[in-house]
Amino acid sequence: MKQSKRTTISLLVLSLIGLWLFVSAPAGTTEISISTDSDIFKLPSFGLGVGFVSGIAFAAQVLAVIASGYFVLGRNHKTPRWVVILFAVALVFEILVGLFAGKTMTFTSLLQGSLALAVPLIFGSLAGVLSERVGVVNIAIEGQLLAGAFVSALIASLSDNMFAGLIGAVIAGALVAWVLAVFAIKYVVDQIIVGVVLNVLVVGLTNFMFSTLMVSNLPFYNQPPRFDKILIPLLGQIPVLGPVLFNQTLIVYLMYVAVAVVYVALFKTRWGLRVRAVGEYPKAADTVGINVFRTRYVSVILGGALAGLGGSFFTLGQVGAFGKEMTNGAGYIALAALIFGRWNPLYAAFAALLFGFAENLQYGLAIIGSSVPSEFLLMLPYALTVVAVAGLVGKVTGPAASGKAYIKS
Amino acid sequence: MKRVMKEFTGGNAMVSVLAVLASFIVGGILIAISSTEVQTTITYIGARPADFFNALWNSVFGAYDAMFRGAIFNYKAHDGVQMIKPITETLAYATPITMAGLGLAVAFRSGLFNIGGTGQIIFGAMFAGWVGIYVDLPFYIHFPLAVLAGIIGGGLFGALVGFLKAATGANEVIVTIMFNYIAVLLLSYLLKTPILQAPGSVNPVSPPVRDSAKYWFFMGDQFRIHGGLIAMLLAVIFTWWLLNRSTLGFRFRALGHNPNAAKVAGINIGLTYVLVMGISGALSGLAGTSQVLGTEKFLTLGVAASFGFDAITVALLGRSNPWGVLVAGLLFGGLRAGAVTMQANQNVPIDIVLVVQSLIVLFIAAPPLVRAIFRVKESKKAVAA
Repeated sequence: MKQSKRTTISLLVLSLIGLWLFVSAPAGTTEISISTDSDIFKLPSFGLGVGFVSGIAFAAQVLAVIASGYFVLGRNHKTPRWVVILFAVALVFEILVGLFAGKTMTFTSLLQGSLALAVPLIFGSLAGVLSERVGVVNIAIEGQLLAGAFVSALIASLSDNMFAGLIGAVIAGALVAWVLAVFAIKYVVDQIIVGVVLNVLVVGLTNFMFSTLMVSNLPFYNQPPRFDKILIPLLGQIPVLGPVLFNQTLIVYLMYVAVAVVYVALFKTRWGLRVRAVGEYPKAADTVGINVFRTRYVSVILGGALAGLGGSFFTLGQVGAFGKEMTNGAGYIALAALIFGRWNPLYAAFAALLFGFAENLQYGLAIIGSSVPSEFLLMLPYALTVVAVAGLVGKVTGPAASGKAYIKS
Repeated sequence: MKRVMKEFTGGNAMVSVLAVLASFIVGGILIAISSTEVQTTITYIGARPADFFNALWNSVFGAYDAMFRGAIFNYKAHDGVQMIKPITETLAYATPITMAGLGLAVAFRSGLFNIGGTGQIIFGAMFAGWVGIYVDLPFYIHFPLAVLAGIIGGGLFGALVGFLKAATGANEVIVTIMFNYIAVLLLSYLLKTPILQAPGSVNPVSPPVRDSAKYWFFMGDQFRIHGGLIAMLLAVIFTWWLLNRSTLGFRFRALGHNPNAAKVAGINIGLTYVLVMGISGALSGLAGTSQVLGTEKFLTLGVAASFGFDAITVALLGRSNPWGVLVAGLLFGGLRAGAVTMQANQNVPIDIVLVVQSLIVLFIAAPPLVRAIFRVKESKKAVAA
């Protein structure tokens, strides 16, 4: 089947969910609250008829399917991205309103929770982007996050200084990435093997140190100070999004910067062009005088540093203390976000946000006592990733040389 | 004789042995620095160095001695049962690890990276567990049926990955990692619903498996080893036959060497992907049956433990050779069993196993590194290869 038609057919199949939700929509209303106490302009919460919203959302989906079909059969032969996005937004909104039928949906806190869960995922996916764009598969994101979380908690506790912890996290993540790079580049070991094994190694080391060192004196070794939230004037007062985006800890602001910098560096600078050249066709890059090995080392280690920083969010940005295996598979979701975001830092960040949203939704639903099993919401990122790599929503191809060692001849 | 020695010291076997040795040394260093005895004696090492070296020896030797007593033979025990119990514990741990390791070895030899051991073990355990719990049949039908269900469960879950790869080109590494999480969450859901949860229980635990579906505990109930051990040996022989003697295995290996050449030679690549992943998953499913119908006797969230990832390291350490996988499985089974005793007796956290295990694989994967550490020269044959 042609790639272009696959998208249309996938949308058509997904719109059946929309249809089913519309048909079975209960008669009640969903109360939507979009203000917090810190807002200057308080927006009143408002109720929406579930059936009414479902109808409009379903109509939007139908329009999107028709548009997709029109573009595929017409001259373009391809569904534009905005059609897919329109469809996704309509379906997600319909699902949300249906889930919260007869209850109050506090939009701001839903988004706040999503962002909090997404921060380490975004850092992790940036690490993956930097690594895979230069041709080294990074399965070790999980290990880099966990190392960052552990070292930041340890150093911040010992020095009683959050910034020292932050630097420690960066170094820890970079160190794990360095080991990955050495084995992948110098010893030409299969990159997936190294990644998987490094994750196990970091789990083993941090668990071991936690049980022997940290537990022996918790207040001394594992009670780091935490970053406070900084409210940015004006921006922080924007209704709905202001408190979500601009009343956050330093690490979150660093994340915004990191996404922008990685994007610009990869796509608008000479260095980025070299990185991508090495990731696509190292031999050609070598021929024109790019040092393939050095470029790979630098990019992989920079990525690891970012992942380490993301790991510090678990401790210094949120919980405070380190806990055994506290990253809990975030590195693998970051990997999923990176693939879902097609190896592009911006898309990967949005995918991570989406995954954070899906994960956070279970807490929102648990509070209102919804009957939807949380397991299925938690499955969403993984299932979406399988759908993405199976090419059902547009073809996903990574950098051509990703996963292949370069042997200079 | 000289030539044999030289080949050994320069070749793969030597590297494997040295890799294991190096990992144990690193483990020893970790044990030493985490010991409070060592930490206190080092503060006055200038005044009384003997104290420090005593503490060092006690902590490291004590830990590895406990590991030996937990994994092979407990010479300090008072009765025979307790004395030989450690080796049976090793075998009990080695059984599922080796089975799943064989499954991954089949995939690795065919050039497919199956990281989905965890998910496939869980599917095997769910299918086998369901049949073992809810079907009421005489033993001679029930037991084979339950095992078969587990094999089919793991096999189908694996084959699905192969199908996705064949039909859409989806990367099997990513798909299997995602499937692991999906399987864990599905099991977690099913253990909360009447489909698998024990009636009246508030915990995510299934009812016990019926006696008629259980593996044969041939050494009695005080030991945890069971007929799964025999199934494991049969699986080793089967995998060896499959990979080295059968036409199908030839196709698998051809695919692993060069997919394009295999295609030109007329091998149906898509079908082979499905078969490879199906058989790989089936062997992991068998590991699931060994857990649920044997060692554990019911289904819990922890049914797959860390066996899925252990299996990866076992398959790598065994170089995807069935007999090598068996040896590696026994080694890692021993590490697991020994670490339990080490944790209980010497206060060394069990996580040390993860460290040693992952270091072994890292070292083995990079022979030049091991040679550099031990300053072993590379033999000419190894260079040629």
